[in-house]
Amino acid sequence: MSAQWLGWLVAFPALMSLLVAACGRWPNVRESVSVATAAVLFAGIALFIDPVTAGERPSLTLFEVLPGIGLTFTLEPLGLLFALVASGLWPLTTIYAAGYMRGNEEHAQTRFFVCFALAISAAIGIAFSGNLLTLFIFYEMLTLSTYPLVTHHGDVESRNGGRVYLGILLTTSIGFFLPAIIITYLITGTITFDDAGLFGDAGLGVLAVGALYALTIYGTGKAALMPFHRWLPAAMVAPTPVSALLHAVAVVKAGVFIVLKLTVYVFGVQFLADTGASELMMWVAAFTVLGASLIAMTRDNLKARLAYSTVSQLSYIVLGATMASSFGILGGGMHIAMHAFAKITLFFCAGAIYTATHRKYVSELDGLGYAMPITFTAFFIASVSLIGIPPMGGIWSKWYLMEGAADSGHIAIIMVLALSSLLNIVYLLEIPTRAFFHNPRPDTPRSWHEAPWACVIPLSITAAGCIVWFFYPLPLLKLLAPWAP
Amino acid sequence: MIEAFFAQMPALVIVLPLLAAPICVLLHRGGPSWFVYLLTTWACFGLAFLLFVQVKIGGPISYAMGGWAPPFGIELRLDALNTVVLLLVSGIAAISSVYAKASVAAEIASERAYLFYAALLLCFCGLAGITVTGDAFNLFVFLEISSLSSYALIAMGSKRRALLSAFQYLIMGTIGGTFLLIGIGFLYMMTGSLNMADIAARLPAVADTRTVEAGLAFIVVGTSLKFALFPVHVWLPNAYTYAPSSVSAFIAATATKVAVYALMRFLFTVFGAAYAFDQLPLGEVLLVLSVAAMLSGSMAAIFQTDVKRLLAWSSIAQIGYIVMGFALASTAGVTASVVHMVNHGLIKGALFMAVGAMFWRLRTISLNDIAGLGRQMPITSAAFVVAGLSLIGVPATGGFISKWVLLEAVMAPGHYWLAAAILVSSLMALIYIGRVVEALYFRERPEGHPAVGEAPVLMLAATWTLVLANIAVGLYSTPLVGAAERAARAVLGDGV
Repeated sequence: MSAQWLGWLVAFPALMSLLVAACGRWPNVRESVSVATAAVLFAGIALFIDPVTAGERPSLTLFEVLPGIGLTFTLEPLGLLFALVASGLWPLTTIYAAGYMRGNEEHAQTRFFVCFALAISAAIGIAFSGNLLTLFIFYEMLTLSTYPLVTHHGDVESRNGGRVYLGILLTTSIGFFLPAIIITYLITGTITFDDAGLFGDAGLGVLAVGALYALTIYGTGKAALMPFHRWLPAAMVAPTPVSALLHAVAVVKAGVFIVLKLTVYVFGVQFLADTGASELMMWVAAFTVLGASLIAMTRDNLKARLAYSTVSQLSYIVLGATMASSFGILGGGMHIAMHAFAKITLFFCAGAIYTATHRKYVSELDGLGYAMPITFTAFFIASVSLIGIPPMGGIWSKWYLMEGAADSGHIAIIMVLALSSLLNIVYLLEIPTRAFFHNPRPDTPRSWHEAPWACVIPLSITAAGCIVWFFYPLPLLKLLAPWAP
Repeated sequence: MIEAFFAQMPALVIVLPLLAAPICVLLHRGGPSWFVYLLTTWACFGLAFLLFVQVKIGGPISYAMGGWAPPFGIELRLDALNTVVLLLVSGIAAISSVYAKASVAAEIASERAYLFYAALLLCFCGLAGITVTGDAFNLFVFLEISSLSSYALIAMGSKRRALLSAFQYLIMGTIGGTFLLIGIGFLYMMTGSLNMADIAARLPAVADTRTVEAGLAFIVVGTSLKFALFPVHVWLPNAYTYAPSSVSAFIAATATKVAVYALMRFLFTVFGAAYAFDQLPLGEVLLVLSVAAMLSGSMAAIFQTDVKRLLAWSSIAQIGYIVMGFALASTAGVTASVVHMVNHGLIKGALFMAVGAMFWRLRTISLNDIAGLGRQMPITSAAFVVAGLSLIGVPATGGFISKWVLLEAVMAPGHYWLAAAILVSSLMALIYIGRVVEALYFRERPEGHPAVGEAPVLMLAATWTLVLANIAVGLYSTPLVGAAERAARAVLGDGV
């Protein structure tokens, strides 16, 4: 595959968003365009799997944004993985969104699908970025293109949610990330990603690198590390398909993907391991894993509970990066895929429950399992995957994360991961348990009462994906071979 | 023939608008006057571009006005710095001339429209003159031409408060002009010359006298008044708020930049960076003032309810960015200043034009009255949003490029507290732009207001031209940053 295609793959969804906008009057055509775009995009990205696993690094510089700094796309394994996850889950989300938006008779559906396409374009841009400036451009594009999605309802509640969303994401990116990029540029003279990292011979002290690392990681507000995690629950005012895309695929994954990518290609795993500069952020991530789980237990609103679960799970990936061990990168990379499948299933389920019964709270779900067996079975499968028990894929990423913790000598981190699993059991398994084993409320439907098929089929597919990953994680291992044992 | 034309270009940039102004008065009608204004500004834009290219290829141009050789006659001198400023001023003038027709027809009584265009041409002539002249006294004259005409322009605003704010501006502007004149007088007294290059050559011999130091102080304060540096900025919000829309857009995008240019010219070309920044602590003073301007201006902008006033306060903050750059007296710093001059011109021009288009429909521009306009004037509102993002400094816009080069300039010598001030001020911009965006998109139209449509197509075209220029610069800044860097090297000398 020629590197020229990288630019087209990034631009493709954005260009197709024009077509989506033009087809606004015919919803069926509009959604078909969306799904077709998604499928073509996924296929186009998949064509790069073989060359990249064979060690190729296709690179393309379009033009110079600043003197000496180009808009550059370079494909490497982590970016390819993220691009595949984002583009692979997009068609499912689109089908689901079509069912959800129509089922709930939402307004401004065309704007919704246009912004959706723009957001994917930005996510692919982040995945392919070959230097920090390119990454930063698409990072902000992702923030801005998802803002109209978060505030879709246009009422006071969504305005306030949007304020927190935009406020935290832009504050962290402009306030921390941008200076971190420029400091990196001033110290090293380059911001182009490099397999060995950039700081190898800069002669910086632990404190300086540690501070810069912290600035970078906190600058990536989308990774939702405490105390900059508030935007994620605030963004819950969005329609559920947005939450699914945002919290399972594009936005949060972009955040943690960036953490992984910068750890590997800017700071360098070996360099961080030698200096121990990432240790502080590792403890912050460990704190976030546990703290967010504890908050999730107190939330009755289903989407809020899932949001805090996301905050917690994201920090698994940050842990993987900050433990500065190649096992950690492997585990973190795998967790991008595992968590994406599990969490998108959970959000699809939450949306399906809302569409079918208009219930939002965990305490309202008693006995609903018999009316919505597929949805709650899928919910159960995805929960188990997140907890990390066989036969679901989530076990693999947790396995490698623990191995990484052992490898880098952080036994306490293994404890944190184990404890987090227990907490997951408490707040996630409560939901299917209530649905199947508690006595139904009087107004709960007893007979078949699933959401529209457009909602149920995607969530079944992603739930099945969670199981497939357990038996067949090889593609992921092959993709992440540079960090595999 | 062609060569004769090329040789006369520096003078034509001033002569054309100066001649066009009385032609407008003779025409005595608004429509033809507008056409003259349009033709003149576009012609000057073309000239400015040719000059820019000529200087880029062939180096500085010196033009002896009337054939009197400098230092005795008036010299027009074009180098890498002022061709950029000239290009900005004439470019904004050309684009705002497209915008002006509908806007003026709505805001200025038709029997006075020709006077309005005449004044606008004089103002443009003054600004172009300040930019190209190499003579200190001549600079003062052009400054007064542009100031006097802008007092008249602001007084033509449709509200009666416009008169008061024009008067306020008149007082402050005259004080500034007088200070500048006194400063130039001191220099003349000590060196016996008015030609800038000549003064610069004679100054070192008398540099340590109290008179020259006082002259520098007068010039700094005088020009600072003109570009509204904190704490001598109080005239600006009223002037921008009550001026007619097309005037706000033109003046906000150009006048303060030209005054900043004048100060840079005095500091770097006449006094020399070593004298102003090494011997005297001017750099520290300007840095502190620029930080104060950024923070106080942005803070004040957050609390405004009138959108034009909000943008005016934001301008005060943005001036701080420009001053901060050249106050570093480094190549990177001056580069950042020039880049932000241009970008801020493009941003504020676009914002004031978008707001002017809303004013054209609503006759008011308070946050409550524009509520819900996002659905009724989608193209105008979108222009405001994109230009607003550029003001905040979101990547892929010109504002981001400014912020990048400025941050690079302040962090390279380790001024991290300045970087922090820049970032805090950017985030405050997020708040005040966010307030307008929320009003446009998240609130319902107020009761009793009729539905309105889009602004006229020429106004939209002009606005979007500037908006797209912002994005173009944001994606491909190499020409701008390159030109700014050449400008910085030209005024600092290559060695710095």
